[in-house]
Amino acid sequence: MNIHEYQAKELLAGFGVAVPKGGVAYSAENASYVAAELGGDHWAVKAQIHAGGRGKAGGVRLCRTNEEVASVAGALLGKPLVTAQTGPAGQVVHRIYVEKAEPFQRELYLGIVLDRKIERIRVVASSAGGMEVEEIAASRPESLLQIQVEPAVGLQQFQARELAFGLGLNARQVASAVRTIMGAYRAMRDLDATMVEINPLVVTQDDRVVALDAKMSFDDNALFRRPHVADMRDPAEEDPRESEAHELGLNFVGLTGDIGCIINGAGLAMATMDMIKYAGGEPANFLDVGGGASAERVAAAFRLVLADPNVRAILVNIFAGINRCDWVAEGVVQAARGLRVPLVVRLAGTNVEAGRRILQESGLPIITATTLAEAAQQAVAAAKVRA
Amino acid sequence: MSILIDENTRVIVQGITGDKATFHASEMIAYGTRVVGGVTPGKGGQRHLDRPVFDTVKDAVKATGATASLAFIPPPFAGDALMEAADAGLDLVCIITDGIPAQDMMTVKRYLMRYPRERRTTLVGPNCAGIISPGRAMLGIMPGHIYRRGSVGVVSRSGTLGYEAAAQLADLGLGISTSVGIGGDPINGSSFRDHLQRFESDPDTSVVIMIGEIGGSQEAEAAAWVHANMTKPVIGYVAGLTAPKGRRMGHAGAIISAAGDSAAEKSELMRSYGLHVAPSAAELGATVARVLGV
Repeated sequence: MNIHEYQAKELLAGFGVAVPKGGVAYSAENASYVAAELGGDHWAVKAQIHAGGRGKAGGVRLCRTNEEVASVAGALLGKPLVTAQTGPAGQVVHRIYVEKAEPFQRELYLGIVLDRKIERIRVVASSAGGMEVEEIAASRPESLLQIQVEPAVGLQQFQARELAFGLGLNARQVASAVRTIMGAYRAMRDLDATMVEINPLVVTQDDRVVALDAKMSFDDNALFRRPHVADMRDPAEEDPRESEAHELGLNFVGLTGDIGCIINGAGLAMATMDMIKYAGGEPANFLDVGGGASAERVAAAFRLVLADPNVRAILVNIFAGINRCDWVAEGVVQAARGLRVPLVVRLAGTNVEAGRRILQESGLPIITATTLAEAAQQAVAAAKVRA
Repeated sequence: MSILIDENTRVIVQGITGDKATFHASEMIAYGTRVVGGVTPGKGGQRHLDRPVFDTVKDAVKATGATASLAFIPPPFAGDALMEAADAGLDLVCIITDGIPAQDMMTVKRYLMRYPRERRTTLVGPNCAGIISPGRAMLGIMPGHIYRRGSVGVVSRSGTLGYEAAAQLADLGLGISTSVGIGGDPINGSSFRDHLQRFESDPDTSVVIMIGEIGGSQEAEAAAWVHANMTKPVIGYVAGLTAPKGRRMGHAGAIISAAGDSAAEKSELMRSYGLHVAPSAAELGATVARVLGV
């Protein structure tokens, strides 16, 4: 799960990371009020969306008057912001963060990630802040400093110090940087984050180290024990169908093809999508109904898939292990009555004979397949007829 | 022979009194697996499925001589149960549970390292279908009846793709020595490479099929290891050619995040390391048959 910049800053501040003073706003008027409350004569007005590259896309603007804050916020709110990470349609801005801006002397990079390869937390820092970490890795690889955290003891002060001195900071700045690095690490560990990225991390004129931007991602599997983080979920940032699937305990990713897929197991789902492509078609979605595919779950899966107007055929591919084909077949028969598109069903595994019999006896125009290849070919053919 | 488990392996089930565990433990017993007991804290002294239940894994090991465990433990308590199993000295623990926090797995993996290699527990999973040595023993949730006994080793991240491989092999009259599901999580107990190594030294395995997915670098590392060390032919397949970049596809592991971990790149790498790459998931069995010349 991802959260907004202002939420990440609020969480990080709780772990001792210094952040600029700011406030969230939902309207132009609101934004100007926040600026007045903050005081000063320079503000950063920042579009809050779950995507990077906001600065380059015009989603972050420096303002010098209250009127300017209001007009910039008004221009951003309610409209899609297209950045390098949002895709061509962009992401509609519903929230603005107004921050007191202050001059700084240096921009640094700090990233903390759960590195699956080494199965540890890795801290990455660079003196080349302000650009994307991929760009830093490509153009200034020598500036990247990295530390692996031993899980048994956690990040140690000396490691944070090594990073801070490695960034070329002076003694005064180092103390502030160590506090920031240790705080960001503790936030990562204590909140079950999978990533904390502070870019840029700036050094102010008076030698303080401050997080000017912040991104955090969280482990969905650990949200059960981080309820205050789970509460920060913003459904407006998600594909509504993906949110609905999430509520139903299904894994769904919307795609652009015309063959709706309902499959058990992520691996088999991806392989089936590959087969569809191989047979000359395009999948409309990825959908893993999971282990216990009850009739209700199958019905919910059909609803999700059919919500996509592009769908011209549906392919159900279930290899029952924990499931039983007869239960799945009953769910399919219930969901398939009055279906507006052709349906191809391939069942295999536990109780397959009983499952096939239920499909046959339903009298519904269900196209059945016995192998994966056959299923994909029939779905592609059925979609073509409808096209 | 087979790898990891056979008809003599003494197995306990952690969490045996739960509904799902009860169902699958019964299936395992019916398959012929030597299930000698179970563990549910607080229910020690009871009997379940006509087997003794213990409060701790250590008690179970002491009383039954178990060397392997199948863990059916809910995500919040799974990490703890795995460390308990490792500390009780089990050789093998297989965990089916889906949804274990990544930092818990990080801690578990670190905990396993405190034991010297010869006494270190082999962890299979999480988020997997388990292990089966057809006709001998089953430590998992797969439909046992689709597996034929034979000489093909199978190691797969995905459970259902493992079933798919088993069914295709059976249709061609081919059987399996052992099939291992390593699971779809970003941090898993054991890797492709760990099990390829076991298959290489298993006299009953003549060929191995590894079934991967997008995301992570395990397939690439395994392919390099095969090239340098393996004498038996290896068939490879990677699911997710059509997966869009940067999207999470169900398995937490199945996300394309960095260069080199897309399905196309991994398949190409496998090919360059001399693996026989199956052109599609529908040709897993056929590719094995072609390599075996049958």
